Amino acid sequence: MTKQEYTITVYTENQIGLLNRIAIIFSRRKINIESLNTSPSEVESVHRFTIVINETEDVVRKLCRQIEKQVEVLKAYYNTQEEIVWQELALYKVPTDIIAEEVKVERLLREYGAKAIVIRKDYTVFEVTGHREETDNLIKVLEPYGLIEFVRSARVAIIKDSDGFHEKLKEFENREPGEDASENEFLNENEKVFSM
Amino acid sequence: METLTIKEKVAKKEIPTTPVSVSGSVAVLEAFIAEGVETIFGYPGGAIMPIYDALYDYSEKLQHILVRHEQGAIHAAQGYARTSGNVGVVFATSGPSATNLVTGLADAMIDSTPVVCITGQVFAHLLGTDAFQETDVINITTPITKWNYQVTDATEIPSVLAKAFYIAKSGRPGPVLIDITKNAQLQQFAYDGYKKCDHIRSYRPKPIVRKKYVEEAARLINAAEKPFVIFGQGVILGNAEKEFLKFIEKSGIPAAWTILGMSAIPTDHPLGVGMLGMHGNYGPNVLTNECDVLIAVGMRFDDRVTGRLDKYAKQAKVIHLDIDPSEIDKNVKSTVPVWGDCKETLPLLTELVEQKLYPQWLQRFKDFQQQEDEKVIHEELNPTTDILTMGEVIKELNELTKGDAIIVTDVGQHQMVACRYAKFNTTKSNITSGGLGTMGYALPAAIGAAYGDPTRTTIAIIGDGGFQMTLQELGTIMQFKPNVKIIILNNQFLGMVRQWQQLFHEKRYSFVDITSPDFVQVAKGFHIPGKSVSKREDVKNSLKEMLDNDGSFLLEIMVGKENNVFPMVPQGRGVAEIILCKEDL
Repeated sequence: MTKQEYTITVYTENQIGLLNRIAIIFSRRKINIESLNTSPSEVESVHRFTIVINETEDVVRKLCRQIEKQVEVLKAYYNTQEEIVWQELALYKVPTDIIAEEVKVERLLREYGAKAIVIRKDYTVFEVTGHREETDNLIKVLEPYGLIEFVRSARVAIIKDSDGFHEKLKEFENREPGEDASENEFLNENEKVFSM
Repeated sequence: METLTIKEKVAKKEIPTTPVSVSGSVAVLEAFIAEGVETIFGYPGGAIMPIYDALYDYSEKLQHILVRHEQGAIHAAQGYARTSGNVGVVFATSGPSATNLVTGLADAMIDSTPVVCITGQVFAHLLGTDAFQETDVINITTPITKWNYQVTDATEIPSVLAKAFYIAKSGRPGPVLIDITKNAQLQQFAYDGYKKCDHIRSYRPKPIVRKKYVEEAARLINAAEKPFVIFGQGVILGNAEKEFLKFIEKSGIPAAWTILGMSAIPTDHPLGVGMLGMHGNYGPNVLTNECDVLIAVGMRFDDRVTGRLDKYAKQAKVIHLDIDPSEIDKNVKSTVPVWGDCKETLPLLTELVEQKLYPQWLQRFKDFQQQEDEKVIHEELNPTTDILTMGEVIKELNELTKGDAIIVTDVGQHQMVACRYAKFNTTKSNITSGGLGTMGYALPAAIGAAYGDPTRTTIAIIGDGGFQMTLQELGTIMQFKPNVKIIILNNQFLGMVRQWQQLFHEKRYSFVDITSPDFVQVAKGFHIPGKSVSKREDVKNSLKEMLDNDGSFLLEIMVGKENNVFPMVPQGRGVAEIILCKEDL
């Protein structure tokens, strides 16, 4: 099995310490987290982690099972790039004078869909939202012109086939859960994206 | 009289459920009583003093055993949980006291033992200030607890403790640690009673049983010619011993146990073919790689059981019954996963399997057993030299206990020998640190085991190395007088490491030569009678003396210095490459 990029989506309770509990599942196995984002989800009170790693499917499946085993985790899903819609946001700080003289700001804005969010005498901050390659490319363009600062956010992702978590949460709240509440047993059956 | 009782009943009903004001500490103890806790193992200190102060008034309802080290407290709680089937409970204070629990938590985590630890913590306003005896217990214990939580407000205590007990004992059991800041222990709050927890929306203790898989499993079993059952502690933790026996007795399939599954069925059961693993029996190991259907029940394919994974049961279809979905396919890929509590899945499976016998297949196990008898067991149990073996001690012990005792072992050669040769008639009898391999486990665990089931004799079998790791718990025995019989099998070496150095490191005995104190004198210092023997003719009588003694007794038996435990699956080899003697290496 070859390694590829997987995006793991985890629905959890909002609990102090849970980030650590989830992070050490990776670090214990010496697996590097490429990006990690926590945010609210479509359901009030339910939190959503988006984690990107480079691994084989076998490893990712096992990791998801370990994550789901944590008491405060409701569900963990893993998806390949094709199965999700995703974005990352990057900010670039460059000297305004050079940018004005050497590269046409207008060209940057057009080619990279960049947005100038701050323009000062001494520097300008551009924002680009897109895929990794797009934000990486702009670094290369700006580097020769004295890129002062660069930062990229963690990935956020929407699962294409997901119906959201509202209905599933109802299952979880039942004392006698339906079949939907225990999908981690079906991590082997690749029927739909959601079924893992 | 009659009217009076009626009146009382009415009066009781009429008691308004208005909250009463209690401290967080009282709420902890009330939670214990509601959960049926009777015994607490603990050690007081600054940050848990309010709870100990409250405990002063609960001494009739709750028995507190003052250990000599917090590691002793948690191992005792583990022993208690393993023999009683209930949750073991520990009190410890903050800082060093809490960090002393770490080994026991890791042990309970890997061996799925239900334990609830309450640690005191500094006042909430001091958190993160490097206060006296402050340590980040929650983060230290996160990877080695099933769940942990820090309470800083007393109003949380009833619901958090209810969750703690529910999580510790439900599903695949495990340790839970609740860290309570001192202000929360002292805080008075409006207490409106304790409600047990039976549901947490994000927590699925038991997977739903899928009949489809049970049916598939039954089809595989019914078509099998050489089926083989291997079982672990899941059978005991699931209280499924009867269901398991019914399953193997109807299907007629030979069954071997892991070290922690041992005693789930009587060791002399006709279908019981012995122990799996590195120092397990010959037949079960070799025939794992010959069976056509391997049925794993409540076990997790530990590397000490499987040996080299790419040479493990490759020819077999694997049916894996487990309550923990993350165990399925973790180490060994299953053909049919049967998720669920084996107490529920086994009867379903039993109903669908055909009543059968496999006389020829069973005979294969017997043939291997005979080879093992000839090459290993006979000499171990009936040595031809004057040097005492660990095996013959266990043999004599079996004759005296008839297999009715609880045997608690430490870690090392004596553990392997005891588990290889001890006889057990009843479940929850073999208490040992299987997954973590914690030296120093046995003495405190035996104390807990004795409280967990006081109706039976508890015997701790310990090596000379392991005993010196937690021997301070003799003080606990001295003070509280649990009836613990202690056998030290002294080979004057750290025997298992020495065996490996002999076999794999050209006999370069690097720091395995351990000197021991006069154990009998040590015991005497704790007012525990003792005896040391080194001659064969003294073994039986001194064992008898130990068992007949009214109370604890320490018996040191000097055994051969350089005896080895065989058979052995050398590390990095497959189970079928098990060796019977060092010449086979």
